[in-house]
Amino acid sequence: MVTVRPAKPTEAADPRWSERLRLARERLDCRFPAVQAVFEKCLLDAVAVLSEDALDAYLDRARWLGKIGRGDEPVRAFLEQWPKIAAAVGEDTLPAVERVLTALHKSPNARTIAPFLRTLATVANRLLAEATLPAYLELVVSLMERSSGSIHGIHQTFASPALPEFFSQSATLLDTLTLDGLRQWVDYGLRNHPDHPERLQDYFGLRSPDSRAVWHRQRRGVQFSDHQRLLELFLRALWNDPGPLQAYPVDPEKIRRPSCDAAAIYLPDALDTHAGVDGLDRYRAILAHLAGHRGWSRPIFADNFSPLQRLAIEVFEDCRIDTLILRRYPGLRKLFLALHPAPRAGDCDPRQRSCLRHRLTMLSRALLDAEHGYTDATLIEFVARFQALLADGQGAGEAMVALALAWVARTRQPSDQSAEVHFAGTEIDYRDDNRHLWQFHELSDDEEMFESRPPPPRVEEAERLPPCYYPEWDYATQSYRPDWVSVYESLHPAGDSAHIDQLLARHERLTRRLKRLLDHLRPQDRVRVRYREDGSELDLDIALRSLIDLKSGVTPEPRINMSHRRNGRNLAVTLLLDLSQSLADKVTVGDGQQSILELSQEAVSLLAWSIEQLGDLLAIAGFHSNTRNDVRYLHFKGYGESWHAEVKSRLAAMQAGGSTRMGPAIRHATRMLQSRRTEKKLLLILTDGQPADVDVQDDRLLIEDARKAVEEAERLGVFTYCISLDPRADDYVSDIFGRRYTVIDHIERLPERLPQLFMSLTR
Amino acid sequence: MDHAETFRIHRQPYYRPQGDEVTLFAAAYAARLPVMIKGPTGCGKSRFVEHMAWKLGRPLITVACNEDMTAADLVGRYLLEADGTRWLDGPLTTAVRIGAICYLDEIVEARQDTTVVIHPLTDHRRVLPLDKKGELIRAHSDFQLVISYNPGYQSLIKDLKQSTKQRFAALDFDYPTAKLEAAILVSESRVDESIAERLVEVGATARRLKGHGLDEGISTRLLVYAATLITGGVAPREACRMALVRPITDDRDIRQTLDLAIDAIFTD
Repeated sequence: MVTVRPAKPTEAADPRWSERLRLARERLDCRFPAVQAVFEKCLLDAVAVLSEDALDAYLDRARWLGKIGRGDEPVRAFLEQWPKIAAAVGEDTLPAVERVLTALHKSPNARTIAPFLRTLATVANRLLAEATLPAYLELVVSLMERSSGSIHGIHQTFASPALPEFFSQSATLLDTLTLDGLRQWVDYGLRNHPDHPERLQDYFGLRSPDSRAVWHRQRRGVQFSDHQRLLELFLRALWNDPGPLQAYPVDPEKIRRPSCDAAAIYLPDALDTHAGVDGLDRYRAILAHLAGHRGWSRPIFADNFSPLQRLAIEVFEDCRIDTLILRRYPGLRKLFLALHPAPRAGDCDPRQRSCLRHRLTMLSRALLDAEHGYTDATLIEFVARFQALLADGQGAGEAMVALALAWVARTRQPSDQSAEVHFAGTEIDYRDDNRHLWQFHELSDDEEMFESRPPPPRVEEAERLPPCYYPEWDYATQSYRPDWVSVYESLHPAGDSAHIDQLLARHERLTRRLKRLLDHLRPQDRVRVRYREDGSELDLDIALRSLIDLKSGVTPEPRINMSHRRNGRNLAVTLLLDLSQSLADKVTVGDGQQSILELSQEAVSLLAWSIEQLGDLLAIAGFHSNTRNDVRYLHFKGYGESWHAEVKSRLAAMQAGGSTRMGPAIRHATRMLQSRRTEKKLLLILTDGQPADVDVQDDRLLIEDARKAVEEAERLGVFTYCISLDPRADDYVSDIFGRRYTVIDHIERLPERLPQLFMSLTR
Repeated sequence: MDHAETFRIHRQPYYRPQGDEVTLFAAAYAARLPVMIKGPTGCGKSRFVEHMAWKLGRPLITVACNEDMTAADLVGRYLLEADGTRWLDGPLTTAVRIGAICYLDEIVEARQDTTVVIHPLTDHRRVLPLDKKGELIRAHSDFQLVISYNPGYQSLIKDLKQSTKQRFAALDFDYPTAKLEAAILVSESRVDESIAERLVEVGATARRLKGHGLDEGISTRLLVYAATLITGGVAPREACRMALVRPITDDRDIRQTLDLAIDAIFTD
């Protein structure tokens, strides 16, 4: 091939170039008119970035794409995109891309070759810093393989529903995710919606809520939710500002700055490192600035100012606030200056575009940074006037506004009104949108503003309490699914309390036996502790012995005092009952049939009675579930309630139904227990089967989640113990509870065993 | 030697009045009313009592109360010696005999059954029965009982009985105002005034976190420690971390917040 490289398209008329074009066309050997139309421009781009060998490979690959029988789209996309991709990541990545193309071609997904190529250039640019394009290509192949359907398990026959959606979102996603995060996100979608093409599409199109939740979770940088308490403490400690803080989702397509109003301070829900300042410090800078506004700014009437004037007033006000902040906390200066851009004086040409923002940013920098290095006389004059205003006091009010207006008047340029605004390097990262600064005499410029809006229609509130959301542990990814389960709590409906009294009467002999046991356990209020070197009283027996020792010349016992100690039990217990459908099963007891439900009622009654005797705090609650969106947590007895008729009537109405989603119930019970201020906290779980729910196919998932919930409880100082009535419990119960469980084989002995178990646990 | 002399305060303890507490206390003493001083830890309660004892020229006997303290620790007990037993007066008994001011510091820490022994001393009877010894001591005419009490960590268990509370006149203490506190730091540690002001600012940040993970804010006492460290040549930020942050909390978030506050306040 002839080495001719026209530098500009104007040289395309060069005869050597047309010769070269002809050769290249021959090599491409493609007759699609759409391709022919763009080929010359593509070749020009390619010649500019590719070496001779790479150029040949480029044409060969394009030729192949033209011959695979997928129309002109793939070959056009490749011809147009490859030069851009090669410019971003280098021409030697072609083999890796070729492998993906081949894989797509050989699968039913050939339609996605063009979308793949069209997004690859943007993606490559996003991944430039990480140099992870090969990993991205691998991810594409694995996504394709895992999401393409097959009928008999050998050949993939259905196109992947996820792939086109994935390509449409990949650039957006990589704006905020690292490649690793993207992989996690893809993995989550594939694992959770393997059999639902529609759901898979929604997931990969970022339309389903879980897709967005996982995306948010995986984002780069510092998450607001992880550090909310820290930020609130910061606000309170340094600014005596109670907040509250509220996060708003960051959307790359919509610009929203932090803001505040009377109700709250609004912050982005994630912040990445910027200008060498990590996300957490950026949050702090924003908070400091906003807290300064809340402390020192007063609203100004905006009606009489032009937009340009308002912009200037805002900048002067921001600088005033920052100056006051730094006066109080000089240590924040480094942080502010790191985040504040320092535009160079000559960056913007006022003859071509509006430099207002540029001038304001320079001014703002100069007002904060004594070593700004600008030489403009007006700027220096205004810095001096600003500082004079602030020299004694806070410089608020009319004078500052007047200064801002004077600045606008003095520096006005004809181009300020131009639509071509110079934005680069004028964004001051930690400042808010200043919406709190303005108030208006008139709500609108429109004349017909006399009709007030109709009040919004009242929404009928549901009768139940709002749900508590809990995460669920996904063992396959080793991560939590955020806010996955909704737990609704309510009081259990009541029935006839006499029923429980009858049950207790039936077990009268057992009650009497338990009573004897309980008497042993009941705390003796004051216990004597002997052999103390110092105590409240002399222990005469030992003192005498010691005296005798002393007189007879033996070393005497020095521990001759005794003291008293209170021996109170300081224990809160929650008994958590599994109320799932299996509770209605019948078992043979003696010569008749009895349901497990009834046996549980007896057992729970006896236990409640025993604990009442001991004086420990006891709460009884039950749970059942019907998918993750509806986990019910029903209270039978609160800690404060004593064992009276109302509690008994609730127990009497106990019913079976639904499934066993144990994790969220444990988490909720733990939360309740945690608020008790007792020394020991015990969570007893009475269940008759393994965790399961109708919306979960994977048996392990809920077991692992329950295990995680138990671990969490332990970390919070709650001791969990499981009493299982399931004869097959050995297979899983130790996975959840470790060694803290008992399987009761003879269910008919439950009423007897339960109180005993409790006593032995708490002795 | 006069027993009372050992408890007498000879040098004037430094104390800056926050209000009219000095006159109020003097008036209470003139009527020999028992006084209760409430306030957060380290705000100057003990120093105030010392100062008043010096000012009134009375000996001062201080008892730091704790959970293990029993009535015998206050009143006295029999000791065993080679040839029998001997009675030893407890601090309260000594104070009653010599006419001192008896100061029971952090009285809520003592168990409730212990605090009951002060009851007969705090009403019109002004007697102390020693039941083990079978003696009834009439209080010296100069004797006064002062207790201090920190309502900060009030819990259901650690509170004074109503019957105890209602025997005292009470003074409320709080951390001094910023200006006063800075002056105290300067006079206690000879620290630079500007540094003292900044230390007070650090103290204020922590006090705002009370109830949000901190049970108590940074006390004036700790601020004095930090100031002393700084006068001793420790860099201010290090001194703050050592004297102000590390002692009061193990909560990571709070530590981080306070460390940040220190960085924001001290630049060097």
